[in-house]
Amino acid sequence: MSDGSSESPLEIHDLTVSYHKKPVLWGIDLCVPKGKLVGIVGPNGAGKSTLIKAAMGLMPLNSGWVKVFGKPVKKNLRRVGYVPQRESVDWDFPVSVMDVVLMGRYGHLGLVKRPGKTDRDKARECLDKVKMLPYANRQISNLSGGQQQRVFLARALAQESDLYFMDEPFVGVDAATETAIVDLLKELKERGKTILVVHHDLPTAKEYFDMLLMLNMRVVAFGETNEVFTSELLQKTYGGRLTILSEVAEAVGKQQ
Amino acid sequence: MALLLVPFSAQGARISELSEATIWEQVVRFFQFRDPSVRYAVAGSILLGISCGILGSFIVVRKMSLFGDALSHAVLPGVALGFMWNMSKDPVAIFIGATLAGLLGAAVVHWVKESTRLKEDTALGLVLASFYAVGVALTTMINQLPTGNQSGVDKFMFGQASAIGADDIKLMATITVLVLVCMALLYKEFLVTSFDVNFARVIGFPAQVIHYILMMLLAFSVVTALQAVGVVLVSAMLITPAATAYLLTDRMHRMVVLSAVFGVLAGVVGAFVSFLDDHLATGPIIVLAASLVFLAAFCFAPRHGVVVAWWRQRSKSARVSRENTLKSIYHVLEARDFEGEGVSIRELAQRRKETLEESQKLSHALVNHRLATITGDDILLAPAGWSRACEIVRNHRLWELYLTNEAKIASDHVHEDAEIIEHVLGEEVVRELERKLKYARQDPHGKPIPGLSDIRRGTGVYRREDLVGYGKR
Repeated sequence: MSDGSSESPLEIHDLTVSYHKKPVLWGIDLCVPKGKLVGIVGPNGAGKSTLIKAAMGLMPLNSGWVKVFGKPVKKNLRRVGYVPQRESVDWDFPVSVMDVVLMGRYGHLGLVKRPGKTDRDKARECLDKVKMLPYANRQISNLSGGQQQRVFLARALAQESDLYFMDEPFVGVDAATETAIVDLLKELKERGKTILVVHHDLPTAKEYFDMLLMLNMRVVAFGETNEVFTSELLQKTYGGRLTILSEVAEAVGKQQ
Repeated sequence: MALLLVPFSAQGARISELSEATIWEQVVRFFQFRDPSVRYAVAGSILLGISCGILGSFIVVRKMSLFGDALSHAVLPGVALGFMWNMSKDPVAIFIGATLAGLLGAAVVHWVKESTRLKEDTALGLVLASFYAVGVALTTMINQLPTGNQSGVDKFMFGQASAIGADDIKLMATITVLVLVCMALLYKEFLVTSFDVNFARVIGFPAQVIHYILMMLLAFSVVTALQAVGVVLVSAMLITPAATAYLLTDRMHRMVVLSAVFGVLAGVVGAFVSFLDDHLATGPIIVLAASLVFLAAFCFAPRHGVVVAWWRQRSKSARVSRENTLKSIYHVLEARDFEGEGVSIRELAQRRKETLEESQKLSHALVNHRLATITGDDILLAPAGWSRACEIVRNHRLWELYLTNEAKIASDHVHEDAEIIEHVLGEEVVRELERKLKYARQDPHGKPIPGLSDIRRGTGVYRREDLVGYGKR
């Protein structure tokens, strides 16, 4: 792939997204440098999940564009890995842990072609990395919350992407899983991957991430954690609710 | 269910009126497969069982069961119009008409959902009822036409396998092959879009197209199954075998195969029973057969069956009750410093504050499980019974100690909790508790905690110097 290492893993320009006709993200501009671990923080309803979904092309955009390694995201999905929120799927679904992780290989296989031995080996390797290999044949409802999260991580690892989006991977997991995830994120970063993580917990955000994206319907701040993690910017993100902006959004929603 | 049985019981009387010899002859005729109508009916049932079973699995895991129901009712006007095309039961015309009506129904559901604030279930209900009403009106019209009464278009309502002809079979075979080919090629695509549609889109799969392919196959299979099962019950062929399979397995590919097997089974049974009496509608029997299989799975499925779960629960409470009896015997022995081996039933009854009969029943349960023997009036613990009694008392007292020491709960609040926990603590947890509590010898109430050596000692004469808690081990 002719990626040209100078290309930014993720570049977003003037992105506006609405949900049920109500705007949730306004004019987002973002350029993420390569090999960074980025935390996305902000209050409830700030559009954190919407931003990563829109970046992956899962939502229709009102305006703006998203480029992944210099190409429109639709053309470069091979290089995008995704860990959705744990509650987004039905864990009673009749699949085993192995089946789910193999899904991470589907993108490389393309349509019609079936996973083979190399894919299985890769999936096992990824399961081993999150210490879930012993559970490979379990049905997925038969796992703890932390174990389920690690299955999703293994699936993302199996995608072998260069840019990862993770939606609240730390929610509802045990302490052991939390450390395992942090270690894994560091390892991915050392291998030159870029990772964006939606995160809800401020004290750990400061600790875990190189950079922070402070979001509240628009980008409040984006920069190195030690530079942007200031009470002033936090106040701007969380407190002093951006009343005018959300009122306008409300009005636009009603109008249509 | 009740509705289903009404037309059925009226017909059922007729079966019993047939002499036994006639039934036997019919059975022989069925299994000789010499009648073309038998061959067609069986082949048709097998084909529809396979296609409906396979697609049904995906309908069930995608939580679209209601959609299948609405779709199957929506095809009826198309069937009638297909018939009116040249006033004959031309399978191709009917197939085209029905498929178009089904797709129109699906489109209307989508449209209502998108353009109003009505939710999907309401949209489905609307389409199901209105399309079905139009279909019933049209078929009634056809039946009143001079050429219409011989048509057999009313057979589409409840299904008649014996009305399946060679052309129908060709169509059914084509559809089933199409379903099998799509499944072989796109199984992984169907799987990932059903489990996690957003993920499927992120890896670049055209989730919408895959969804439409599945819906198209679904419409085709529903239409081909109409002949045998009828409009009213065809959705049961999609849902029931798949639901049965879902209770029996945790893997999608096995569910698909099992569901197809159950579908074929129900189809053949339906074709067979309805062949015994020509007037019997096939659809209700097929669905009844499928429902019976479901009922069996619902009750007896190894992991999800209700009877199995009830039995497991029952045996668990029986075990808890036995363990409580053992514990009481231990308490009696402990109260008299372990002198003498036997505990009389009267002592046990006094300890447990219950009648002699109740204690007798409990001690017999111990005997039945080889945990004790009864000699005369005395209950004598067997080695296994003694060990279990020690374990239960140890678990109880360890847990009480743990709650008071580590969780800082007052010692008069811990008993109730320990009553439950004592039966579920595994050996590993017990080891950890012992370590945490630094191998304490006494519980918060000052009672000695039995140790491993007590448990291993089995039964025998309890000499004073061996007694628990005296520290002479």
